[in-house]
Amino acid sequence: MKYIDEFRDGALARGIAARIADEVREGRRYSFMEFCGGHTHAIARYGIRELLPDGVRMIHGPGCPVCVLPIGRIDQVIGLALGRGAIVCTYGDTMRVPASPRPGPDGQAGRGEGLSLIKAKALGADIRMVYSAADALTVARQNPDREVVFFAIGFETTTPPTALVIRQAHAEGLRNFSVLCCHVLTPSAITHILESAEVRQYGTVPIDGFIGPAHVSIVIGSQPYVHFAEEYRKPVVIAGFEPLDVMQAILMLVRQVNDGRAEVENEFTRAVSPEGNVAAQRLVASVFELRERFEWRGLGEVPYSALKIRPEYGEFDAERRFGLHYRGVPDHKQCECGAILRGVKQPTDCKLFGTVCTPDNPMGSCMVSSEGACAAHYSYGRFKDVPVVAVQG
Amino acid sequence: MQRLDGDQALVDLGGVRKPVSLALVPEAREGDYVIVHVGFAIGLLDAEEAQRTLALFAEMAAQQAAGGEAAPAATDPVASAALR
Repeated sequence: MKYIDEFRDGALARGIAARIADEVREGRRYSFMEFCGGHTHAIARYGIRELLPDGVRMIHGPGCPVCVLPIGRIDQVIGLALGRGAIVCTYGDTMRVPASPRPGPDGQAGRGEGLSLIKAKALGADIRMVYSAADALTVARQNPDREVVFFAIGFETTTPPTALVIRQAHAEGLRNFSVLCCHVLTPSAITHILESAEVRQYGTVPIDGFIGPAHVSIVIGSQPYVHFAEEYRKPVVIAGFEPLDVMQAILMLVRQVNDGRAEVENEFTRAVSPEGNVAAQRLVASVFELRERFEWRGLGEVPYSALKIRPEYGEFDAERRFGLHYRGVPDHKQCECGAILRGVKQPTDCKLFGTVCTPDNPMGSCMVSSEGACAAHYSYGRFKDVPVVAVQG
Repeated sequence: MQRLDGDQALVDLGGVRKPVSLALVPEAREGDYVIVHVGFAIGLLDAEEAQRTLALFAEMAAQQAAGGEAAPAATDPVASAALR
């Protein structure tokens, strides 16, 4: 595809790799967090780790929308489908996110196998995968006698489409459509990581800089990252999702570290401007407002890290419409998704990885979406860690 | 990209033509490259900037092949691709 294939050129990638190897300082460790799941996926898929010198380490960040969804939110949406008879419309990659077991007949928490949206669908819940928020609106128009709930997840990229459909539903006077809003904010998650004990005490998670998200930055622009560069003295380089973009961003980060600079630089100038998509930002601000707190899987409750629907559009807020109250649910005891999402552990540190937990049957959220650290490593990298042994005849 | 009725457009995604909403990029014109996320164009792709970034990669690879020293600051990709 135009402007994609060019950014996947192997010879150029090796050229940038050689330059990185030339410029890293002997004995210095460089640890960079790629915040966004799109970059995690690109790093695994194109074997970028293998192109980097030993001193450069990439730490996976929490920017995978499906990964950070806590069990309690999936439970809410399953409850709406199974318990309240609503049609639930959802993006396809949430279908396998593990949830709690089905409640027993006494209403108490069940003991059996955990549900997921796909298992709830098998039990008869009316759950429909949609490609776009607009498709959820179409389902609502086609089923005027049913409640239709759109399970709205994601960072700043999926939020403007949700805002558009809420405005559209309002304009059309749709009475059977509502949104369970789980939209989260990138800058607050980065702040949370920088404020965490693991990073501040500079032990378990050393971070020398960030690769800033591609699509999120198209919407929010490069300005919101200036705070991290200035306040926390961390370089940020915004990069596109193609392998050459990621390699170039790593080179730019290495140079900033070597020069002792902490600036926001933009490798993805072909799509990201300092101010971002202002029309989209205005639209989002007209429909949503900040939530005081929101639970993230792995990060726990993060203040002002998510959005809720403004009272003016309250009739389209599923939490209000169905009187939902959020209840947090702890993850499986053996699951390391929380530590992986904070950058403390790697997928292979988890006992469940690749044994009980696989993309076909995930136990933790990081194994669900292709952007998740575990799924990316399972699909593209898990055999690399196995030493090759020559067998002598 | 080809405009249809209202906010809708037909976008050629590597040979597959898909209806995409342009409601978030009202400034988009026929023939523009757009970046699509969940069925909505969220931004435009600046073809000139894309070429500039590619030219920098090529230049760097050529220098690397020639075994050259690090580029002087004026032609440094960092300086040209930095926050504008």
